[in-house]
Amino acid sequence: MSLPFEALIVGAGHAGAHTAIFLRQHGHVGSIAIIGDEPELPYERPPLSKDYLGGTKSFDRLLLRPAEFWTDNAIAMLPGRRVETIDPRSQTVTCADGSCYSYVNLIWAAGGRPRSLPCPGGDLAGVHQIRSRADVDAIATELAQARDICVIGGGYIGLEAAAVLTKLGKRVTLLEAMDRVLARVAGDELSRFYEREHRAHGVDLRLNARVRELIGKSGRVAGVLLDEGEVLPAEMVIVGIGILPNLEPLAAAGARCRDGVEVDEFCRTSLPNIYAVGDCARHTNTFAQEGTRIRLESVQNASDQANCVAKAIVGRPERYSATPWFWSDQYDLRLQTAGLSAGYDEVVIRGDQAARKFSVIYLRGGRFQAIDCVNNAKDFVAGKRLVATRATVSADRLADTETPLKALIPPAVDGQFIEQDATARQGVS
Amino acid sequence: MTNLLVITPSGSRRRIEAAAGITIMENIRNAGVGELAALCGGCRSCATCHVYLEVERPDLLPPISDEENDLLDSSDHRRTNSRLSCQIVVKAEMGMMSAEIAPET
Repeated sequence: MSLPFEALIVGAGHAGAHTAIFLRQHGHVGSIAIIGDEPELPYERPPLSKDYLGGTKSFDRLLLRPAEFWTDNAIAMLPGRRVETIDPRSQTVTCADGSCYSYVNLIWAAGGRPRSLPCPGGDLAGVHQIRSRADVDAIATELAQARDICVIGGGYIGLEAAAVLTKLGKRVTLLEAMDRVLARVAGDELSRFYEREHRAHGVDLRLNARVRELIGKSGRVAGVLLDEGEVLPAEMVIVGIGILPNLEPLAAAGARCRDGVEVDEFCRTSLPNIYAVGDCARHTNTFAQEGTRIRLESVQNASDQANCVAKAIVGRPERYSATPWFWSDQYDLRLQTAGLSAGYDEVVIRGDQAARKFSVIYLRGGRFQAIDCVNNAKDFVAGKRLVATRATVSADRLADTETPLKALIPPAVDGQFIEQDATARQGVS
Repeated sequence: MTNLLVITPSGSRRRIEAAAGITIMENIRNAGVGELAALCGGCRSCATCHVYLEVERPDLLPPISDEENDLLDSSDHRRTNSRLSCQIVVKAEMGMMSAEIAPET
């Protein structure tokens, strides 16, 4: 075994790559290595279910940084390795291939793996997921042979895949087990809007749909059997029903885990010198409902937690408090969200859904909690600030498109927003 | 190829040969400049590739779309020559260029 790495990062996705980038940006001069289980250099995942699946963006355009960046910045890349065990006492990790590395600080950025379909036939050929480049490349090689495609799961991945595949001329059926799409992340109004859009684009969208079995023909998927007995033809099935956080080696080493690796406001795990960031890190998010701890699967969270850890390691710790934001592209609809809507008690629709340019605003206790913007970047930009300030704004003001959201942002003092009642300031009761 | 001067928020300067046919954002990223976050990867969903842009032939720049304009408005550091570098595909005829990475909001 060689000398310990000052910062050993496990996971080469957005969170892992950005941890290394931020460490160098914040002046960390010690050694850095990134262990990744894929063969590629760090790349962007969001386009996997969008431009890359659609064939409109080549892989080399997805690389987060060119190969020289990592060598120029003395960031050692250790691809194609999966960490199996961690020994916090000797501060070492061991990979499946037997390679062993020691660390001063370990940053766990191992993300998650797609949930597999818990029904017979889930392992047939032609059943796919979308998490890695290899997943999408496998889909691409079979796409020409598939006419009917069944997408299971009405979350962002499933909906984006359905949009791309429809555009490619496939007959797409989308199955959602709940009574609406995007049930986990958005309010009813947005779900209904996206359901209408997908149906208008020709997607056969089924809600409350339970899959009993995937039917195979000579080892390859041929159809989907629903609970009520209907069989849907499918030469390909894409499963997008969420991820499971990768945490087993950390949990076995004694780190506190519960649907994610538990971290504090500096992204520290319960084990010394071990941090966790990104999709797998279960944290107290200041924008979530009070008292709830969450995992947040987004580029924003991956990058901002990476920054939080980098600052902690270079000795300038700052509590994690970044405003959540997210985007999703489906057809010609650009969705941009800010804040976390879960737990809202009031909804305001701003703008015209029929014009396909509107926002959904979520309030809790009168405070601006979150916003979902469809083709409405102006509202997104102002809404993100309103989320950050937790402004109290009346629903009537928010619904009035004559008033720009920007006008409702509380004033900043010395660059700091003050939490106050913006409505009162405007002199509106 | 066209000459692009990249200036980071800390003031360091670097001349790169920018390839035509891809965006200024991709050129800066491909040159290994770490300071340009470009978090959304260039799909006009954030404003983390904000630069101050000077070009020899500004008439060849694409106009600022409403969406780009709105996203640039999110910055406290917007100037008259602010652009999202993901929205500009480099053309050889644009001539010499300089892009200063704007501070984060």
